[in-house]
Amino acid sequence: MKHQRINVSRRDFLIQSTAIGAGFSLGLFLPLSSRTAFAADNVPSYLSLGASSSGAEVNAWVEILADDTVVIRIARSEMGQGTLTGLAQLVAEELECDWSKVTTEYPTPGENLARDKVWRSFSTGGSQGIRGSHDYVRKGGAVARHMLIQAAAEQWAVPMAECTVASSVITHKPSGRTTTYGKVAALAAELFPPEHIELKDPKDWKLIGQPVKRLDTVDKLNGKQVFGADLQLEGMLNAAIKACPVFGGKLKSFDDSKVRKMPGVKKVLKVGDNAVAVVADTWWHAKSALDELSISWDKGPNAELSSAAIDKMLDEGLSSSDKVFEGNRKGDAKRALKAAARTVEATYAYPYQNHATMEPMNATALWTKDRCEVWCPTQNGEVALDAAAEASGLNIKQCDVYKIHLGGGFGRRGAVHDFVTQAVQIAKQIPGTPVKLLWSREEDMAHGFYHPVTKCKLIGGLDDKGNLDALQVRISGQSILASIRPQWLAENGADMITFQGFHAEGDHAISYTVPNLLVEHAMRNPPVPAGFWRGVNINQNAIYTECFIDELAHAAKKDPLEFRRQLMKDHPQSLAVLNAVADKAGWGTTPAKGVHRGLAVTKTFGSYVAACAEVSVDDAGKLRVHRIVAATDPGYAVNPQQIEAQVEGSFVYGLSALLYGECSIKDGAVEQSNFHDYPSMLINEMPEVEVIVMPSGGFWGGIGEPTIAVAAPAVLNGIFAATGKRVREFPLQNTDLRA
Amino acid sequence: MIKLKINGELFEIDVEGSTPLLWVLREQLGMTGTKYSCGIGVCGSCTVHIDGEAVRSCLISVSSLKASQDILTIEGLSASNDHPLQQAWKELDVPQCGYCQPGMIMSAAALLNSNPDPSDADIDENITNICRCGTFNRVRKGIHRAADIASTKNSSAKHGGEK
Repeated sequence: MKHQRINVSRRDFLIQSTAIGAGFSLGLFLPLSSRTAFAADNVPSYLSLGASSSGAEVNAWVEILADDTVVIRIARSEMGQGTLTGLAQLVAEELECDWSKVTTEYPTPGENLARDKVWRSFSTGGSQGIRGSHDYVRKGGAVARHMLIQAAAEQWAVPMAECTVASSVITHKPSGRTTTYGKVAALAAELFPPEHIELKDPKDWKLIGQPVKRLDTVDKLNGKQVFGADLQLEGMLNAAIKACPVFGGKLKSFDDSKVRKMPGVKKVLKVGDNAVAVVADTWWHAKSALDELSISWDKGPNAELSSAAIDKMLDEGLSSSDKVFEGNRKGDAKRALKAAARTVEATYAYPYQNHATMEPMNATALWTKDRCEVWCPTQNGEVALDAAAEASGLNIKQCDVYKIHLGGGFGRRGAVHDFVTQAVQIAKQIPGTPVKLLWSREEDMAHGFYHPVTKCKLIGGLDDKGNLDALQVRISGQSILASIRPQWLAENGADMITFQGFHAEGDHAISYTVPNLLVEHAMRNPPVPAGFWRGVNINQNAIYTECFIDELAHAAKKDPLEFRRQLMKDHPQSLAVLNAVADKAGWGTTPAKGVHRGLAVTKTFGSYVAACAEVSVDDAGKLRVHRIVAATDPGYAVNPQQIEAQVEGSFVYGLSALLYGECSIKDGAVEQSNFHDYPSMLINEMPEVEVIVMPSGGFWGGIGEPTIAVAAPAVLNGIFAATGKRVREFPLQNTDLRA
Repeated sequence: MIKLKINGELFEIDVEGSTPLLWVLREQLGMTGTKYSCGIGVCGSCTVHIDGEAVRSCLISVSSLKASQDILTIEGLSASNDHPLQQAWKELDVPQCGYCQPGMIMSAAALLNSNPDPSDADIDENITNICRCGTFNRVRKGIHRAADIASTKNSSAKHGGEK
């Protein structure tokens, strides 16, 4: 039967088909992993799946095997946040396939480049995984469904309109004939995609909104899940690295006479201008030799840098008029403050923090004079590919990156791929041999892209009735963009991400209406690398706002809930989540003896979130967080049980930061070196968490990050209720909470 | 030559005796389910059992071990991924990134060995593994659920098994 060719004139399809080449329409596109040139001993199943498949690629998102297995391609990365499953749900919803036969596969960034970015963005940060790609991945599923039904209809020589599909089975209603996706996939792959495709009305969703189980759990229970740190390639060597611990310092020299004879050591290499690596048969040998290596550093201009000096720099910014940027202005806050019946003023400070992913930074690289390949956990395959290409000295088309599930990301493995650069710099010195670079925990602590340091002075003006009439906010401190993405700074040099949660409108808008408002940022950039850290600037900005609002409510002698409600009349969705947590937590009722409550609300990453924490502080000053009730309105909720997991998890990350997170600077280097002096919350400190998922529809908000913002301020406001103490400097372990 | 009994199998390994068990498992034996994260015995990602007790394998040199000691790793916890903890973990979708989970599961398995029905306080005291994703509440539920699964299995075994 001759296949009908349709819509050949459609412009965007022509662009696409040109880039993809003949392979697309003929269904001959190579299985993804067959391009992994190197034999791997334990390459993860999601990398090798395609090699054994005899599948037909219906389109970029959907490959179907003869046994009806549906391979859904996922461009974003899975690092625990559940995006892999959520995105598969979105595709499968429109595809109408059998969910029990769904598996996933990562396309490579090199493939994306070769196919004119058919998978679009690989970036997995800013809680963008689902909200940034829901539209085109659902279309990918819908287009594939259309082509599969069309293939069946053509095979039967019946009109498409007489065919229906459910759970990968296509039925011709009038005759009762059936076939499956697996049987028609090869035929479908030869068809042109439809010109127009309608997405389902959300009310017709069957899979989106369901608490289905994750697709990536089983291998995480028996040790089979291969992380980057676990990768074994044939003939692979292992590298341990040490970069100058002082920021901006360089490698002066090293003496390897002693370590060259140590067991397993193959090479001792200079890496870039600031690091030295030992390459050995095993990582333990490499690390043991590195510990014995005599290294001399040129500590550079920051050798004297200390936390105290940074503190001073930030203090200056609190009142300076130099390098000050405006983030939000309404009315005349300065004048209104002068006229206020009463003003309240407070200054808060937030420290540097390390991401401390459980899996330390790592990448495996293989370099030859005409090809460079990298295997690594990455939140952004495309940025990893850029780093690999740059370090390799080859054309980007001669390079590729094979993504591996991450042992934690939290922003550390997204915008900057210093570990990929280093791995390639090492591999380039040993052509033809794959080298796995794994950082020690100590190296990971010393060379982060830290949560930036800021201080914030807030002045609020109350009228004679105790209403908030004016709010002036001065943030002083580090810009993440200036540190790692200067090209994203505004034309005037402002870093608008610094104002997260203070914006006039949009995904990170302020949740209150204040008649006179001024929010400014005095940009002060210490020479410590800053980066995106789960939640980014909302972590501290929500503490500043929500604790200060609590201070104002207290000054106005008003109930913190009522005080907020008065300011939220124009913010119904924020008010709704706040009311939801207040109701469920029993705000206004008497808690158990010794237990006190605190509230916080914010809008960030496009979602509305609130929390009510119940805490107690005993006579010894020991804090106990008993319960947190959290509400989130993400617009659409793709997988409620995974949202619940993310909310709970975000509280662990946020409360670990509040309780313990601090990287202090001495002699130009970070003082903390491992989990003994950079602790993380344990199960015995974990509060009960009650999650309210209340999707109001009509928009797509983020999930992984938003609720992290409300954990800390809700707990801090609870601490104030319990002790009368306003803690304004963090982490909490530095403060004595005794009465 | 170092002799070790791991998951019931005897291995003779040519390695320096000072090498930590963690790295022998991972690099000499290719059992990468046991994870490296801190290397100082704090985080628990490298937890394995020695004679049924949870230990942090990054701190134990292989020369300190005897061939008579039973070492159990995540790879040997069950033959077909059906240890009560693995069943419960699957049922409750416990893991997020999953990197700490082999250690978490091995810690929980050792707890259940000595205490088949642990209280919340027992869990608080015995599970000291770090999880940066924050799976703690599901870990707690998972341990309780695994205790239920195991006790149902045991009682049905006592009564002649299920029909």
